[in-house]
Amino acid sequence: MKRYSAFAVAREALRYHTGWGRAWAAPTPNRRYDVVIVGAGGHGLATAYYLGKNFGITNVAILEKGWLGGGNTGRNTTIIRSNYLQDPSAAIYEKARALYENMSQDLNYNVMFSPRGVIMLAQTEHEVRGYRRTAHANALQGVATEFISPERVKEIVPIISIDGPRYPVLGGLWQARGGTARHDAVAWGYARACSDMGMHVIQQCEVTGVRSEGGKVTGVDTSKGPIDCDKLGVVVAGHSGVLAEMAGFRLPIESVALQALVSEPIKPCMDVVVMANTVHGYMSQSDKGEMVIGGGADGYNNYTQRGSFHHIEETVRALVETFPMISRLKMLRQWGGIVDMTGDRSPILSKTPLEGCFINCGWGTGGFKAIPGSGWGMAELMAKGHSPLTEAFSLDRFKEGRFIDESVAAGVAH
Amino acid sequence: MLILRCPYCGVDADETELAPGGEAHLKRFGPGSGDDDFHDYLFTRENPRGVHFERWRHAHGCGKWFHAARATDTLQVFGTYPAQTSEPPKEVLALIRAARPGWSWREFA
Repeated sequence: MKRYSAFAVAREALRYHTGWGRAWAAPTPNRRYDVVIVGAGGHGLATAYYLGKNFGITNVAILEKGWLGGGNTGRNTTIIRSNYLQDPSAAIYEKARALYENMSQDLNYNVMFSPRGVIMLAQTEHEVRGYRRTAHANALQGVATEFISPERVKEIVPIISIDGPRYPVLGGLWQARGGTARHDAVAWGYARACSDMGMHVIQQCEVTGVRSEGGKVTGVDTSKGPIDCDKLGVVVAGHSGVLAEMAGFRLPIESVALQALVSEPIKPCMDVVVMANTVHGYMSQSDKGEMVIGGGADGYNNYTQRGSFHHIEETVRALVETFPMISRLKMLRQWGGIVDMTGDRSPILSKTPLEGCFINCGWGTGGFKAIPGSGWGMAELMAKGHSPLTEAFSLDRFKEGRFIDESVAAGVAH
Repeated sequence: MLILRCPYCGVDADETELAPGGEAHLKRFGPGSGDDDFHDYLFTRENPRGVHFERWRHAHGCGKWFHAARATDTLQVFGTYPAQTSEPPKEVLALIRAARPGWSWREFA
C-alpha cells in the first residue's frame, strides 16, 4: 500500500496522478478463511481491522452483499458522542470516541474527525433532571461532559431560539470532544487498512446460508460459492434477524426505518452538533455547508430503506421552531436506513447458540459513533472468547434481566 | 404513506391515524412458565424480511386494536382483520400464499 501524505500528493501532482493504486483489492474469494465477517459496513470492517492489528489474525474475509459502506454506514448523520448513562455504554462509546481522535493517523486515511462539540438540549424539567444525572454519571465514568445553562447554549449556538413557546431551552448536556466524522471515509479507511493486511474485502457477495456441523459453525454459502471458516462474525445491522435465521437462532430485535435529510448548502452558521430529543430532531452542518438533519424512527417493521413522510414533517417542524432561520431552507435529499432495535436500546455483542458464530448488532439508531469501539471489543471477543468491553452486551442479558437501559438516558434520538 | 383499513369502522386510515403495536399472535407465557418461554414471549420477535403479522390501533379513530398482514420488504398490505382471533383468516393466508409460493411463518405456514 502506498502511504497517503502531503509528499505523495505533491509527487502525484507532478506526474498527472498516474501513480495512485487501488485503495483496496477486489479479490476472488478463497475456499477457506480463519475468520469470515458478514457485512462490510463500519462495524464489520473495524472488527476485521482490530482482529488483524491487535491479534495478528489476518486470514480474514469480509463479505458484503451490496457495496462497501452502502448500508447504515453511509446513511447516518455522522454524530460521535459518548455521553451515555450506564457504565457499560459509556465504556464502549468512550473507547470509540477516543479511537476516533487518532483514527486518521492510525489508518493513514483522513476520516475528517471533527471534535466540534455536541449539545443535547434539555427542553423539559424532566430532561433537565435526566441530563444532570447523566453529567454526574459521566464524571464518574471519566467522560468529559457538563450541564450548561441556556445562556451558554445560546452563546455556543447563536442561531438557536432558547425561549420558544412550546419547548424553551432550559439547559443542555455539552460534550466538547464529541463531534462528527466523514462516514464513508471511516468505511473506506478501514477497508484499505484491512486490504493492506492481506484480508479480503469481497463486495457483491451475498450470504445465503450458514453451514454448521454438530452445533459448530463450519462456513457460509454465498452468491460466489461456499466459503469455509473457523469463526463467523455476523455484523449486518438491520438484516441481523435474517442472518440469525440462517444460523438457526432468533434475536430480540426489530428492524425499522430511520430517516435523515440534508438541506441545500449554506454559509457556515452552526459549528456544533445540536440534538433536541424531546422534539425529535438533531442537526449539524457538514463541511459542504448542508444542514444534516435526523429525526425519529418509524414504529413498524420495515426492510425497505424507505420511511414515512410524516416523521420528516415532525422533525422539520420541531427544528424550525428551535432554529427559526432554517424555515426557508430547501431540502436537497432524504433517505432511510434499516436500524436494528433492541428492547433496552443497547447493542448486542455476543457469542451465539451456534458455537464459533458471533454477533454484533442492535446498535439501533446510534451505531456510527461506536464503530471503532465496537470493532475493538468484537475483535477481542472473537479472538479470545471474552472481552471486558462487550461482556455486559451479551445476548443472554435479556433472559437474565441485566438490561442496559439507554432508552431514557439516550433519549429517542442518537 | 401506509394506509390500512380498520376492520371495525371500515375507514381507510393513514398511518398518522394509527399507532403501531408490534408483532401479532404472540402466545403469552405468564407466571409458572419456563424461563425460555417467558424470554421468547417478552423479547424474541420474528422480525421477518417478508410477511409480518402485526398489531395496530386505530388511535385517532375508533380506538380499537386490529391486526394487519403486511410485507416488510415491499410494504404490500395483504389485509387487516379483527384482533379477537388467534390466527390470520384463511382468505388473508390464501392471498399471501398466492403472492409468495413457499411462504412460511411460525405455525401458520
